[in-house]
Amino acid sequence: MKSVEFRRERQATWDELEHMLRLADSKGLRALGADQLARLPHLYRATLSSLSVARSISLDRALVEYLESLVGRAYFVVYGTRQHVWRQIGEFLTFRLPDTVRRAKWHILIALVVGAAGTIAAYSLTRSDSDYYYSFVGDMAEGRTPASSTAELREGLYHREDVSTVLGDFAAELFSHNARIGILAFALGFVAGLPTLLLLFYNGLVLGAFVALYASRGLGLDIWGWLLPHGVSELSAVTLCGAAGLLLAHGLVFPGARPRLDSLRERGRDAAVVVIGAVIMLFVAGMIEGIFRQTVTSIWVRYDVAAATAALWLGYYGLCGRRRA
Amino acid sequence: MTERRQRDAKDKLAREIVTPEGIPISFTLASVGDRAVAFVLDLGVQAIAVIVLVVVLSIASRGMDGSWLTPIAIIASFLILNFYFPFFEVRWQGSTPGKRWIGIRVIDARGGQLEAGSVLARNLVRELEVWTPMRFLLANRLLWPNAPGWALLAAGAWTFVFMLLPLFNRDKLRVGDLIGGTRVVVQPKVVLAPDLVDQAAVSMQMRQQAAPTYAFTTEQLGVYGIYELQVLEGVLRQNPKSDAYRDAVQTVADKIRGKIGYTGRVADDARFLRDFYVALRGHLEQRMLFGQRREDKYDKRA
Repeated sequence: MKSVEFRRERQATWDELEHMLRLADSKGLRALGADQLARLPHLYRATLSSLSVARSISLDRALVEYLESLVGRAYFVVYGTRQHVWRQIGEFLTFRLPDTVRRAKWHILIALVVGAAGTIAAYSLTRSDSDYYYSFVGDMAEGRTPASSTAELREGLYHREDVSTVLGDFAAELFSHNARIGILAFALGFVAGLPTLLLLFYNGLVLGAFVALYASRGLGLDIWGWLLPHGVSELSAVTLCGAAGLLLAHGLVFPGARPRLDSLRERGRDAAVVVIGAVIMLFVAGMIEGIFRQTVTSIWVRYDVAAATAALWLGYYGLCGRRRA
Repeated sequence: MTERRQRDAKDKLAREIVTPEGIPISFTLASVGDRAVAFVLDLGVQAIAVIVLVVVLSIASRGMDGSWLTPIAIIASFLILNFYFPFFEVRWQGSTPGKRWIGIRVIDARGGQLEAGSVLARNLVRELEVWTPMRFLLANRLLWPNAPGWALLAAGAWTFVFMLLPLFNRDKLRVGDLIGGTRVVVQPKVVLAPDLVDQAAVSMQMRQQAAPTYAFTTEQLGVYGIYELQVLEGVLRQNPKSDAYRDAVQTVADKIRGKIGYTGRVADDARFLRDFYVALRGHLEQRMLFGQRREDKYDKRA
């Protein structure tokens, strides 16, 4: 019978593939030698062709099912994610990330405008009546409320402290808190983006009220000097996360000519890349905040550092990987 | 026709993807329960990793100034909690320790390469799907003091919509799967059972016999189709020592003899079925080579 002969002829190939997959599953792909790795795609394709032959000539269900599952398992290994993790990270940082961010420029602009609108609104309201401060910031900023004296506020901005004390904790806490807010802003894009915009606006409100409090005591320049060294990275990161959420919403609400799910998937990948960029920026912001801010009290050095980080991010996202695109 | 309906029910979880080589292969979607269990197992692994990290750090820093300990522990646990899934799904081709234990995997929904970007996207959304509802459940009074009860209820329902999404769509997709363009499927088990026709040939050689004991005419072989052949295959593949096998063989052999009008004397039902299987498969496979596929006994085309 043809199907019996077919099986006798090809079974050695299947066995070899099965053996290799077993090894790869229990010990990882590294357990396979170089020549085995080179043979793997070959064996996979041979077995795939066996499957399509078996489907057309064999009625042995056990055989067809076996080949289907063998091909399925081999498919996981051959078309799973690529292995070169370090090379992938390199390519991600030098090309994929800045390129994706550049393509999302309109979403970033919208996120920026919404955040800025929140800041300006809260700033002007709080300047006109300092009681608004409580409704925007709440009770979380202890010792930094309209009830504090100007001297206390100034002390908070220029207080020197040892790097490895409370502030380290504060920076780390802030890093994971902000990163989580960022990831949430991204995820909320799935709900058509409206909550993302609210989150951005709210974030702007807190910032605006905070700045207004200090500005009303004549500490305007000082508060920006305190905020910006890490704030450049941190606020851009929050904006990027918001832009990622808007990307998702865009894919979902305005799919264009493509099926909605395809469009969501494509934008979703881009959005995830942007979020990773934002998490990296938050990490940098946390470092600056923890190590730098409380040890350097010269306002001009603070502004220099802020300008340097701004130049760094603009240069990175604006220029890096342009040749490849 | 109930048999057909049963087959349809079984296929309900089967999804076909077309590989880049253009050949369709089918996978079974992982059930929601399996995925939930895998997720809980993964959480357990993460928790253990964080605990081990904290213990190791505190032992290492004994006698030193331990003030840098907390920031490092916080940053490290943040990385573990957020990048555990992406890390393993990239390194282990769509698998994590929990998924591996249960035997499920992530694949690209369209059959292409599983990209790191998709893996990241599907896992970052967990913040919305799992942690937001959880935080809401455990600390809603803290997040939103003096809210009226109905508002809390509504907000809670809203957060849980995403968590429960996999229960309400055909493909068992969670939000992360929608955004990443992925599916979670069962890792197929690979077992190759011996070919019954080949076995029959070997046993004939052992008995030094050139032809099968029982012979059938073309009309008799024309009664059944592929579906019945494969049901018979299932019967013959049962454990020959079990009672179920003996009962099934007798019933099926009687039924077939009645249906095809076989009049010869039969001493050995099992051998009768085996011979019938070999003859029927040969017959149907040959017809198939000429392009005539007879799906089942109701198939009137061929």
